[in-house]
Amino acid sequence: MTNAQHGSAAGETLPPNGAVPTKAIKAIKLRHPWRTFFAIVIILIAALFIYDAGFNRPAYDWASVGKYVFDVRVIGAAFNTLQLTVYSMIIGIILGIILAVMRLSPNPIFKSVAWVYLWTFRGTPVYVQLVFWGLLAVIYQSIDIGLPFMHPWISFKTTAALNAFTLAVIGLALNEAAYMAEIVRAGILSVDKGQEEASKALGMSWGQTMNRITIPQAMRIIIPPTGNDVISMLKTTSLVTAVPYAFDLYTRTRDIASETFNPIPLLIVASIWYLFFTSILMIGQYYLEKRYARGTGMQIERRGKRKFVREVAPRD
Amino acid sequence: MTDVMVRAEGVVKKFGTNTVLRDISLEVKRGEVMCLIGPSGSGKSTFLRCINHLESVSGGRLFVEDDLIGYRQKGDKIYELSPKEAAEQRRDIGMVFQKFNLFPHMTALENVIEAPIRVKKVSKAAATARGKELLERVGLGDKFDSYPAHLSGGQQQRVAIARALAMEPKLMLFDEPTSALDPELVGEVLDVMKELAKSGMTMIVVTHEMGFAREVADSLVFMDGGVVVEAGDPRTVLANPQHERTQAFLSKVL
Ligand SMILES: Nc1ncnc2c1ncn2[C@@H]1O[C@H](COP(=O)(O)OP(=O)(O)OP(=O)(O)O)[C@@H](O)[C@H]1O
Ligand SMILES: [Mg+2]
Repeated sequence: MTNAQHGSAAGETLPPNGAVPTKAIKAIKLRHPWRTFFAIVIILIAALFIYDAGFNRPAYDWASVGKYVFDVRVIGAAFNTLQLTVYSMIIGIILGIILAVMRLSPNPIFKSVAWVYLWTFRGTPVYVQLVFWGLLAVIYQSIDIGLPFMHPWISFKTTAALNAFTLAVIGLALNEAAYMAEIVRAGILSVDKGQEEASKALGMSWGQTMNRITIPQAMRIIIPPTGNDVISMLKTTSLVTAVPYAFDLYTRTRDIASETFNPIPLLIVASIWYLFFTSILMIGQYYLEKRYARGTGMQIERRGKRKFVREVAPRD
Repeated sequence: MTDVMVRAEGVVKKFGTNTVLRDISLEVKRGEVMCLIGPSGSGKSTFLRCINHLESVSGGRLFVEDDLIGYRQKGDKIYELSPKEAAEQRRDIGMVFQKFNLFPHMTALENVIEAPIRVKKVSKAAATARGKELLERVGLGDKFDSYPAHLSGGQQQRVAIARALAMEPKLMLFDEPTSALDPELVGEVLDVMKELAKSGMTMIVVTHEMGFAREVADSLVFMDGGVVVEAGDPRTVLANPQHERTQAFLSKVL
């Protein structure tokens, strides 16, 4: 009999032999006084810092920040940075998937080619690679299409075919592909072998198995580090000055600052734009992750919005 | 058309230097149910996987109907099949796994209609109608839109059976279909398999369910160490095993 009283804490359910229904527990919530204390301390420190930055530090020059954050040159440069990021990530992801599949294929030639690629592009700094791409026209004056040792069918001058922006995208993309390949490979390997077997046993081809069964499941593992890479790429674009390409957000604000002899507000301007893009990318990542959580019991719920704020904000 | 669905002639399978199947010869007739029993590591799964060419045999011949599995014979030369040809051989051999291997990112119904749509190029509407029929047949008429994670083991295995049936197979292979299930869920899966056997499906079943073997199987094969030790009518073999290895094994599981 005592069992029934211990049994359900839910309160709604009737005990099995129809005796008195158990009551819902009305407990006094556990309090966390120290959390409140620390929150207040941190808020106070933050308020002091902001007050100080706003009124006591002329070097921040907030008036200039306000003036330059929507300057046409800055907005144009922000857009260039966004384009550099998007193009090089798209190419990097596609190439990365190809490299990952090559590394996992049973073909020893594919495997070695992919391995050498990774060895080269992960083993050298992206800055050095970008300088190399900038010097491409010095090494290869013209780009020829045709058979070796014969007069080329098509030939054009390297400097004419590839401008600094294109070279920057190529440099960033090829470097990124090496990292994406490892992310994709880890994702594919994380999928249970039984999945491929079941798919094969149904008569599905290797390609169908990859597209419909393996990759969709690997996505759950692939997306979080890829999101990380996109954000990282957004910031790596500041290195394209090595090509040299001078119209990305960081290089452009630096150049403006060297005209005005006032670097600090322009650094803040650049930071504001980087943070703005990063925030948008984080929202995109959240929804992609939910999309590929199908079947894991973690799909988007009705209260999605509130959960979003909780999950994207740093956890305690 | 021949009466024989599966014919193994001296099948040998090696993994490197480890010989897992040595000279397996047996026959399964159309519409028959064969149960395969034997201790762990005796090569039962390997033999099933050879039948639909998830593993390729290293020696001997394996035929399903009149198709040589995994190879093509021209004169006295034998050629390996391309992946595409192998996939074609597999599509009318259904397989059910111990661990279900449902696609977790698809609902029950999506699991069932995937292969007919992709492989057989059946229209989505037709595949869906047929898929619903099959899920109803295995008693899951109310679970079309459930993801595998929200189904019990028994329900998952029944979806897996429906998924295999959706390809209209001529032969079904079951590799310990109830071994991963809680005891109270075994019955519901065996019931579906019994119904399938009654409908005339040719089946090869690796199982430890001797009750099922006795009741449903037309023949029973006991394997040990990669060879067929004893084969025959299940009731006879179970009641009166001839070989001492069979006796030893049965005394442990019965
Ligand atoms: N892919 C593989 N590579 C190497 N050895 C393997 C492979 N698959 C199976 N084996 C070996 O083959 C032998 C037979 O394995 P198999 O899985 O066919 O046994 P089984 O009869 O199904 O056993 P169980 O009842 O445990 O499932 C085992 O010794 C196993 O180690
Ligand atoms: Mg096995």
